Amino acid sequence: MQLGRIIGNVVCTVKNASLVGKKLLLVQPLDRHARPKGRVFVAVDSVGAGAGELIYWCRGREASFPFLPNEIPTEATIVGIVDSVNLAKPES
Amino acid sequence: MLIGRVIGDVVATQKAPSHEGRKILVVQPLNLDGSDRGEPVLALDAVDAGVGDRVLVVTEGFSAMTAVGRPNSPIDMAIVGVIDAVDLAEDLK
Repeated sequence: MQLGRIIGNVVCTVKNASLVGKKLLLVQPLDRHARPKGRVFVAVDSVGAGAGELIYWCRGREASFPFLPNEIPTEATIVGIVDSVNLAKPES
Repeated sequence: MLIGRVIGDVVATQKAPSHEGRKILVVQPLNLDGSDRGEPVLALDAVDAGVGDRVLVVTEGFSAMTAVGRPNSPIDMAIVGVIDAVDLAEDLK
């Protein structure tokens, strides 16, 4: 899993039937200082996340498991909304 | 599997039910010389690791789910060991 921030959403009228009703969100991956790092991608939401929120996501086949027994074609799913990140040492 | 150091933890109230009851730790992947490699990742803890520990992390779903004991869960990384030592063959460094 990795930390990211929701920066928007994607609307698809025509999509795979199993994606109907699923929220597609734009995720900006973050570095350890919560600064944007890496390319923005689209993830399916499983926890009710919204724009601006700090989240963590899961990638790979297991990204479809929150929706079992439905099989959702997703390779990235938001699986948690982060309340706080506690880092041991403040690094520069 | 990768070698990393636990540098912190994450608190999340709203999350996949299968993540409840497990620590979500922030792990900084390391090079063999101990320097940081890339950006930190989040892994569920399966061995009661803590901040500062050097750990072994599985980075694939099946092994991560098995380690945590939560099959069919959205888990792609888990800490499966606390590393005591890494020995490198002298002539292969």
